[in-house]
Amino acid sequence: MPEITRDEVAHLADLARIDLDAAELDHLAPQLSVILESVASISEVASDDVPPTSHPLPLTNVFREDVAQPCLTAEQALAMAPEVDQQRFSVPRILGDEQ
Amino acid sequence: MSTATDVTLVDFDDVLTSYDPAMGLEVHVELNTVTKMFCGCPTVFGGEPNTQVCPTCLGLPGAMPVVNAKAVESAIRIGLALNCEIAEWCRFARKNYFYPDMPKNFQTSQYDEPIAFEGFMDVDIPAEGGGIETFRVEIERAHMEEDTGKSLHVGGATGRIHGADHSLVDYNRAGIPLIEIVTKPIMGAREKAPAIAKAYVAQLRELIVALGVSDARMDQGSIRADVNLSLAPKDQGGLGTRSETKNVNSLRSVERAVRYEMQRHAGVLDAGGSILQETRHWHEDTGITTSGREKSDAEDYRYFPEPDLVPVAPSREWVEELRGTMPENPTVKKARLQAEWGFTDLEMRDTVGAGAFGLVEETIAAGATPQAARKWWLSDMARRANESGTDIADLGVSPAQVAEVQALVDAKTINDKLARQVFDGLIAGEGTPEEIIAARGLAVVSDDGALGAAVDVAIAANPDVADKIRDGKVAAAGALIGAVMKEMKGQADAARVRELILERLT
Amino acid sequence: MSTSSNVIKQTAAEMAAALADGTTTSVELTQAHLDRIAAVDGAVHAYLHVDAEGALAQAAASDARRSDGKPAGDLDGVPIAVKDVLATQGLPTTCGSKILEGWIPPYDATVVAKLKAAGLPILGKTNMDEFAMGSSTEHSAYGPTHNPWDLDRIPGGSGGGSAAAVAAFSAPFALGTDTGGSIRQPGAVTGTVGVKPTYGGVSRYGLVALANSLDQVGPVTRTVLDSALLHELIGGHDPRDSTSVDAPVPGLVAAATQGAQGDLSGLKVGVIKELGGEGYQAGVQQRFQESVDHLVAMGAEVVEVSCPSFVHALAAYYLILPAEASSNLAKFDAMRYGLRVLPEGVDSPSAEDVMRASRDAGFGDEVKRRIILGTYALSSGYYDAYYGQAQKVRTLISRDFEAAFGRADVLLSPTAPTTAFKLGEKLDDPIAMYLNDLATIPANLAGVPGISLPSGLADEDGLPAGVQMLAPALADDRLYRVGAALEVALTEKWGGPLLDRAPSLTGDAS
Repeated sequence: MPEITRDEVAHLADLARIDLDAAELDHLAPQLSVILESVASISEVASDDVPPTSHPLPLTNVFREDVAQPCLTAEQALAMAPEVDQQRFSVPRILGDEQ
Repeated sequence: MSTATDVTLVDFDDVLTSYDPAMGLEVHVELNTVTKMFCGCPTVFGGEPNTQVCPTCLGLPGAMPVVNAKAVESAIRIGLALNCEIAEWCRFARKNYFYPDMPKNFQTSQYDEPIAFEGFMDVDIPAEGGGIETFRVEIERAHMEEDTGKSLHVGGATGRIHGADHSLVDYNRAGIPLIEIVTKPIMGAREKAPAIAKAYVAQLRELIVALGVSDARMDQGSIRADVNLSLAPKDQGGLGTRSETKNVNSLRSVERAVRYEMQRHAGVLDAGGSILQETRHWHEDTGITTSGREKSDAEDYRYFPEPDLVPVAPSREWVEELRGTMPENPTVKKARLQAEWGFTDLEMRDTVGAGAFGLVEETIAAGATPQAARKWWLSDMARRANESGTDIADLGVSPAQVAEVQALVDAKTINDKLARQVFDGLIAGEGTPEEIIAARGLAVVSDDGALGAAVDVAIAANPDVADKIRDGKVAAAGALIGAVMKEMKGQADAARVRELILERLT
Repeated sequence: MSTSSNVIKQTAAEMAAALADGTTTSVELTQAHLDRIAAVDGAVHAYLHVDAEGALAQAAASDARRSDGKPAGDLDGVPIAVKDVLATQGLPTTCGSKILEGWIPPYDATVVAKLKAAGLPILGKTNMDEFAMGSSTEHSAYGPTHNPWDLDRIPGGSGGGSAAAVAAFSAPFALGTDTGGSIRQPGAVTGTVGVKPTYGGVSRYGLVALANSLDQVGPVTRTVLDSALLHELIGGHDPRDSTSVDAPVPGLVAAATQGAQGDLSGLKVGVIKELGGEGYQAGVQQRFQESVDHLVAMGAEVVEVSCPSFVHALAAYYLILPAEASSNLAKFDAMRYGLRVLPEGVDSPSAEDVMRASRDAGFGDEVKRRIILGTYALSSGYYDAYYGQAQKVRTLISRDFEAAFGRADVLLSPTAPTTAFKLGEKLDDPIAMYLNDLATIPANLAGVPGISLPSGLADEDGLPAGVQMLAPALADDRLYRVGAALEVALTEKWGGPLLDRAPSLTGDAS
């Protein structure tokens, strides 16, 4: 029976950048456990020789030509930004290193 | 902070008595397609911020990617040039992580299905006794992905991320096609590891430029290298724990970073410690690496196939057609040109060793003789590069300019010594060679009257030397030539001066 | 001239005809709908945003084109509502979430651009479960929509707003989206028609993605013909959508017209054994069985088909959807648009701090549940067992469909297991909520098209039930043929459209 602990939920919330408070963690973890239990059957259904489907329809090689298309203006791009400075998106200080 | 107070560096030679280094090089190449990887926004460098964006590359809700055919073509050509197999069927995948310069907070990349894999590049390195030898670097894969936006970090001391108060993001670069080329672990390089790393990146760069798929400039970020290094106890095989070093922005940095990490790893291991698997940051100014963040078992990218794109299945016909567009094999080309240029094995070895082969080639193509091209790049330019700590290709002097300057010397407009001053001016951005000669007054004086007057002055001032010459010791003319050159501030054709001296004295 | 209260009871096709023959104008029609919205939407809450000014301006432009003799198409001037998950330039697009409160896109979804090019005035944006996650529209951050048949009950979800607007005559028709039944199930519980096209049949460019491999845009209407008209308008290849099918839209209106003649001889219909029986309300099953009988009476042959892997469809769905959604929703990080919230008590919050606080404040419970679930399913160590397996179950489901379509031209089932339940009834029980999608999910997993049309009112509660038809991929026209035939038969039996029986929302005869 797969169960998801409160700690695991906290870790996943961290990966998903959602700041769950204690009450939310208490509330969510059992719900998620129940859901996981009900979907757990999935791991036994299909045998190894069944290929996975990532697309319902078997399209391949959909491309476009390397030709410029109209862009947004900077005004349009920045219109909904929480904060703008020097025609750029202003974001709070970034902690991590670039990948 | 760029201090290295608690780092012990083992002497390079000592490293190799106890350890075998293994390297992994990851190179990102920004393609020169007209438009981005997944949308039709232009890729031109230097545009006003956020003017080359659209719903797709800005990651707006609802927007969707469409693959740039030219980028796929370039990816296949790079793969072929690296002797890779080209996938019959492959997909894009999402690499999920959060970072403000990544508009979707996932990068559309390729995971376990790269478009090219299992290849190699034979790296030409100088051979001890002269000539070239090759070292085969095996290529794990080359795959397609997209670049991120660019952040300006504001408020910190150095404009770097640490200590910054906030950041300003420009997404013009977000979505530009990147090809990531990953080597297999490079083993057996031993003491040549730093040189091989540098040569690999340099020659990969030359290959990319020859393919015409990128201008591959390290100083502009259109080619980027990350260096992975580990040490294993000598002759025991296996791989040690590796560190990854980023911010390696020049060929010189590649070599220095490999060397430094080898020394640093040895210092830790010798003391009985263990290497942290982490990302480090190279500092070219101080010549050290500093710790970035602990690497990846913290980061789970949760890769899955990109559901908004369909698989890429290049037909074998298309691949063969592209195979026909490959540039000449670099090693074969070097042998051919060595013969054509008449370089000795030593001269060839030194040219390649200085990273100047491509530059020499281009200078010859621009009209200079092989010897003249070699002379300038290997002596003057190499010296300048060393002094300023830059790559020889980034000095600010182009092969065409070298050829032009040599032509001016050949025309006796200037001489070699003056030519060096012209190069000073070119590097300082003072204009064209002609403009610099005019502005600095560097033209050689060719008026026999003026020259003759200077010769007479020198003869009068050095009577004993003059006598020796009259006696037949022609070699003594050198001292008089020197005096005249000094008087003329170097702006004289030494050969003509010699003629005038001998005319008067013999 | 029709009075405004009557004109809104017409079908979209009838309105188009009235515009064409000059009986009405687009401004009149649009105003009539705006009046209706003003009268009833306080109670129904189908709309999140009404664009009266814009719609009337578009209507005036339509009338001008018509006077010039140059209407933009058959539907020029017929107003429409759009689910708030589709990008509409200049109009707020919230996806039912606080995190996009006030977000105004700088571009139109392709389907919206098609509506505009065809001259349909856009009345406004309709309510939905947040980011299309839900089966009742109770997960909207802006309050639920109420079922026009009984205001204490859910209108279905996630597209409850579009279905309720159409059922309440606040719009002639609407655009919805369907990932696991979000068009079809609301259709069933509100007595309206809803279609999920073949995957790839309609462009997803501008549809804020929930599960990219399952989502489709489709029509929400009162009649099968109206759906055919709208589906033909919005369907077709879009170079901006790499997953869109590069084939012309089949003749759907022709199929509906032909089907309405009521001759189904030669047609084989397959009743899906696994989508019925236990868990399905008796009244729903009764009306379903009657629908099957009607098809037989019109000449169809009925067989029973078994799709054994359908019992795993729910599990596969609730792994694939959260996985894709967790990645799709990562872009809502307060850096470029959307809600930005600073964490409390933090002096100099970092970008990461602000992301976390904003996402916690901006996303509702169901969204958080599914993001966590999806992150889990994609995690290294779990990928193969969960997401990987779910993709394999998809293959099995497709194979079951293939086998079934080898024996029948269309497949049938009740659309949803129950009629509309009461607001609040299933909110605390996510699994109970997920079970509403039992019958609709398989079609999304396989990419095949499906329609829901009203089968009648259930005896127990007098509430609408729906019958679902499914066809092979790219055979959407079959749905319109068979659907139109059944609709004629049922409407005749009822003595008029089923919606005539819906209680009045304004307390008077209109």
